[in-house]
Amino acid sequence: MIEILTPSPLMTVQDLGRPDFYRYGVSRSGAMDRMALAVGNILLGNADDAAALEIPLPPVRFLFREDCAFALTGADCRATLDGKPVPPWWAMEARAGQILQLSAPVEGSRAYLCLAGGIDVPAVLGSRSTQLREEFGGLEGRPVSKGDVLPSGDGHAELPASGTGALPPRQALAFGDESAIAIRVVPAAEYECFTGGTRDEFWAADWDVTVQSNRAGFRLSGLELKLKTTLELRSHGIVPGVIQVPPGGQPIIQLADAATMGGYPKIGSVIEADLWRIGQAKAGDKLKFVQVTYEEALDALSASGAYLEGLRAQVTRLRSLANKWAKT
Amino acid sequence: MNVVNVLAEPRISLLGSSAVLFEAPGDFDIHNQRRVWALAERASSWPEVGEAVPGMTNLTLILKEPPRSIDTLKRKLYDGWASGEELQPQSRTVEIPIHYGGEGGPHLTDVAEGTGLSVADVVRLHSEPDYTVYAVGSHAGYCYLGGLDPRLFMPRRKVPLLSIPGGSLSVAGMQTGVSASKGPSGWHTIGRADIVFFDPANQPPALLQPGDMIRFKVAEVLS
Repeated sequence: MIEILTPSPLMTVQDLGRPDFYRYGVSRSGAMDRMALAVGNILLGNADDAAALEIPLPPVRFLFREDCAFALTGADCRATLDGKPVPPWWAMEARAGQILQLSAPVEGSRAYLCLAGGIDVPAVLGSRSTQLREEFGGLEGRPVSKGDVLPSGDGHAELPASGTGALPPRQALAFGDESAIAIRVVPAAEYECFTGGTRDEFWAADWDVTVQSNRAGFRLSGLELKLKTTLELRSHGIVPGVIQVPPGGQPIIQLADAATMGGYPKIGSVIEADLWRIGQAKAGDKLKFVQVTYEEALDALSASGAYLEGLRAQVTRLRSLANKWAKT
Repeated sequence: MNVVNVLAEPRISLLGSSAVLFEAPGDFDIHNQRRVWALAERASSWPEVGEAVPGMTNLTLILKEPPRSIDTLKRKLYDGWASGEELQPQSRTVEIPIHYGGEGGPHLTDVAEGTGLSVADVVRLHSEPDYTVYAVGSHAGYCYLGGLDPRLFMPRRKVPLLSIPGGSLSVAGMQTGVSASKGPSGWHTIGRADIVFFDPANQPPALLQPGDMIRFKVAEVLS
């Protein structure tokens, strides 16, 4: 059980999302960086669908009201527990009364605080994720704020005494050079409707993440993307990752809380395996799009899965060794 | 001026690796929509499909387990469409009183100017027909409607608005609808209604399903 002492804006309870209600217009929601959430849950031995706290804009300060194992993943926020540094991508035990503090991120943008047993809020429509627009799920359908207390479910992490950590996905799944955040994209239905010059520029340019970027979508700015002729499409399904180009010519990447349908022309879709990279981008960062095929998108998904399974095997082994050690 | 593109053949495209979009050829009409509903029912039982979500004469398949090759899925979609099967779900009619114009409908005059009609004609043409719920989506409980008078065609706004209130009645393209909650919109807002379209405690959570009917009743017209 943790209490929020000093809040930061737009903190929400999130799990892997609410994928089975698209036909009623319910967006997937869930963690913007599903990779960070998965790593935190694996480090703690939680169920894959356990909920955590998504923290988009640290600094923030928490009080542990009881003994509880926690994991801190995603953005590196130079965290401390009672003043002692907590490494990034790390899980450890906290004692009742200890204070966890996160500073402004030095790398990435969203931090995830996972608790052993997961954050115990009621599941609504099969998920604990906060549906901000419709105001349900998570903690009463709203952002978490000062004085809120988040209970954890039953769970015993059985961590080694000093804790345990993970190789960050940014290193394990490194991709592209460091000049811009490389994001892989599969062309979409209207790709060929853009001018040849626009298509070349789309892949060549660096795209600035604007301040109008949030859980619904990232609005980018750069060159004006031009269609050969005006298009007025019939509204159709949209999933996280779809890159729409409204008539202004500036692309919008649809994300976790995006509308489930839309009709602006689509130049491409960010592959599922790279959505977490966008979840760690912030206003002022530069994105670069790299063209891939559907098959390459699946390969990338397999690589992400293999990284998580490797981590799961390693954590399970460490836990059993630590238990043996404790019993001797 | 109607610039909606009409496909000669069905088109299947990728939404990354997590969904597939099927777009029906031909006109935007109830027969093609009934064929989409039939295709959706068929596709919802396919093993690789998590959900089959009807749009406006199109269908989005959310993939539960993306197959290594999507050729089989494509063939099943083409075959399903070619069967010509139509589905008319059980339907009911809901009457919704609308306050046209005023603060709740700030773009009513824009639509009048854009279409070359008077405000009174826009309201009359909009409130006359019975509309069919073609699709549910965008946000929870929102209904995409078919049956808008072609004289009310307006292109979407060049820059989407960051937020319009729940209950806003809007038009864009050949489409109209009432927003179910506060959120961004690229459409023209011409009125307001008081109605609850979505409640997660209900089963199903959305008030209306594809195939249901909506009748807009003029409560008042504000300048």
